[in-house]
Amino acid sequence: MKSVPKIVAVTAPPRPQERAPASTGSVKQAMTMTEKILARASDKGCLSPGENVWVNTDILMTHDVCGPGTIGIFKREFGADAKVWDREKVVIIPDHYIFTADERANRNVDILREFAHEQNIKYFYDIKDLSDFKVNPDYKGVCHVALAQEGHCRPGEVLFGTDSHTCTAGAFGQFATGIGNTDAGFILGTGKLLIKVPPTMRFVLDGEMPSFLHAKDLILHIIGEITVAGATYKAMEFTGSVVENMTMEDRMTLCNMVVEAGGKNGVIAADSVTFNYLEGKTQKSFEPVYTDGSARFNAEYKFNVSELEPVVAKPHSPDNRGVARECKDVKIDRVYIGSCTGGKTEDFVAAAKLLHASGQKVKVPTFLVPATQKVWVDLYTILVPGADGKTCAKIFEEAGCETPASPSCAACLGGPKDTYARMNEPQVCVSTTNRNFPGRMGHKESQVYLASPYTAAASALTGFVTDPRKFM
Amino acid sequence: MAPSGKVFHGECFVVQDNIDTDQIIPAEHLTLVPSKPDEYEKLGSLALCGLPSNYPRFVCEGEMKTRYPIIIAGSNFGCGSSREHAPVSLGASGVKAVVAESYARIFFRNSVATGELYPVESEFSLSKEFETGNIVTLDLESNVLINHSQNKQYTLKPLGDAGPVIDAGGLFAFARKTGMISSASA
Repeated sequence: MKSVPKIVAVTAPPRPQERAPASTGSVKQAMTMTEKILARASDKGCLSPGENVWVNTDILMTHDVCGPGTIGIFKREFGADAKVWDREKVVIIPDHYIFTADERANRNVDILREFAHEQNIKYFYDIKDLSDFKVNPDYKGVCHVALAQEGHCRPGEVLFGTDSHTCTAGAFGQFATGIGNTDAGFILGTGKLLIKVPPTMRFVLDGEMPSFLHAKDLILHIIGEITVAGATYKAMEFTGSVVENMTMEDRMTLCNMVVEAGGKNGVIAADSVTFNYLEGKTQKSFEPVYTDGSARFNAEYKFNVSELEPVVAKPHSPDNRGVARECKDVKIDRVYIGSCTGGKTEDFVAAAKLLHASGQKVKVPTFLVPATQKVWVDLYTILVPGADGKTCAKIFEEAGCETPASPSCAACLGGPKDTYARMNEPQVCVSTTNRNFPGRMGHKESQVYLASPYTAAASALTGFVTDPRKFM
Repeated sequence: MAPSGKVFHGECFVVQDNIDTDQIIPAEHLTLVPSKPDEYEKLGSLALCGLPSNYPRFVCEGEMKTRYPIIIAGSNFGCGSSREHAPVSLGASGVKAVVAESYARIFFRNSVATGELYPVESEFSLSKEFETGNIVTLDLESNVLINHSQNKQYTLKPLGDAGPVIDAGGLFAFARKTGMISSASA
C-alpha cells in the first residue's frame, strides 16, 4: 500500500520556513490574534507563521459574480447530487450586477436561486423584481455590509468569501479573507480549506482624531506608506486608542482595504463596541481571542493621527497617495459615494454633515449608492447631528445630489455598460470606493481619486479635488 | 486545463508592475461563468483586454487564442480582486506560464488551485529587459528561462509545493491523486 503524501502547500510561493521554538504543547507559545483563530480552527494547540493548516470554515459567502462558477465546480467535483457540507454556513448574497438588463447577469442570480432551493440554503438574500428593490423583502445588497448587518460576522470565527473585500469582516476580530471559485467549491463539499498562516504586521493608531479626518484617510495613508504589495501574504492588525474609539463601521473601513496593500486579512480586537453592535443580530455564541502581550510581529508601524491630513489615492493605484489640499487644481467631472468601503450609513452621514455645514449646492453630478436596503432606509430616517433635524436624504436633495440609488455594488467595479453611475467616457471622479486601477469604474482612460466621504462631499461642492477643511 | 509537459516555447508578451485583475479581465465580463465551456472560451478571447491602449493586443481581433504562451511581468502581478476569472482567462487564451518578479496572493493561489497556468517567479524583474515578441524557452524542470532573441539565460525560483498541484491539474485533481478526497461520481 503506497503511503499517501499530504498536501503541504497550495498557497504561497516557497519561503524559508520560520521554525518555532520546540514546543511540547504544554509550553505556551505567544501568538497573535490571527494565529490563535487559525490554531483553534485547525484544532492545534499553537502554530506559527508559514505553517500550512486545514481550517474549519464557519461561514462561506458567495455572490452573483463568483457563485455560479463556484457552484459549477462543486457539482463537477462532488457530483450533480452532492449536498453542501452545512446548509446554515453558506450565505449567498446577490449584489454585484443586479439592476441591469444584461441577460447573463440576470441569469446568474437565477443560478444562485436554483442552487439555494435545491440545497435548502438558509441564508439566501434573493431579489426577483428588479424594477423596485424595496419590494424584495429578502434582498440586502452589498455582501460585506450585509454580512455585518445580518449578524454573520462573529469574533474568533473563520469566514471565507469569493470576493477580495471579504477581509472587511476582520473588523469583528475574526479571520476573514477572499478566495476564488475553486477554493470555494472545495469548501462547499468539505467545509475545510488549506491555509498558510500569515505573519502579522501591527499598526498602532494613537492621538486625537481631528473632526475632518475619517477612517478612510487612515487606511489610504497606510497603503500609501507601505505600497500595494507592502502587506502581501500578511495579516494587518490595527490597534491603539484611535481604533478603540472607532465605531464598527469605521473599523470595517480600515479592514476593507487591507487587500489593497496585498494583505491576506485585517483584524481588530473585539471589545464592547463590537459586542454592542452584535447585540440582537446573532443568536450564535462566540468566543473572541486576543493577541498575547509577548506575541511577535513581522513589522510594527505607529501613527499619530493628530498629525495627519486628508488624503486621496490618485490615479491609477490605491498607493498613489496625495494630500487632498495639494490636488486642489484637479478638475473633476463627478463624485461617487457608495460601495462596501464608503457606502455605509455613517459614510453618508459624514458626507451629509459636510454638505449641510457648507450651505451650498454641488457643482458636479454626485451619485449616491447606499450599500444595503438598511442603509437606504437610514438615509431617510436618521437625523444628521447638528443639521436642524434633517435626514441625510433631505440634505442630499437640498444640495442637488442625485437621488440615492438601488443598493448594490453598482459602478465601484464598472460592471455591465448600463450599470448606474458607470463611467462610459474618459472622466475624472472622486470616489469613496476601494480601487482605482485603469478602467476600474468603466472607461479605460477615466481617472478615479479614492477619498473619504468628507473629501468626496467637499470635492462635489467645488468641482475640484478639495480638502474637507474648506467646509468644516 | 493542465499544461502538458514542463518545457514551453514561443513568443513572450511583456507587461509591467501591478497588473491588476481589472486589466486582466475587466469587470463587465465577469458575467461569464468559467465552469461553462463556451463561456470559458469566451473569457480566453478577452484576456488582458483591459490593458491601456499603449500595449499591443494580447488576443488579436477575431481570434479566440493568444499567440503568446508566456507572459513576462514585473512585481505584484494579479493584484486586486479575488476573481478566478483572471487566471482562467489567461489559461483559456493559451497562456502556459507567467514569469513575474512577484505575485498578489489571491491570484497566485487561484492559479495553483485551477491549474490554469504556472505562476513562476524570476530572481529579479525581467519586464524592462524583455520585449514583447522575443522568442523564449521556459524550462520548469531545470528552472531556466532562455531569451533566444537576446541570447540571454536566467535562473528562476523553483515552484516548490505549488508545482505538483499544477502538474496534476489543480487542487481537486491533486487532492484525488493523493487520496485526500474520493473520485467525483459519474
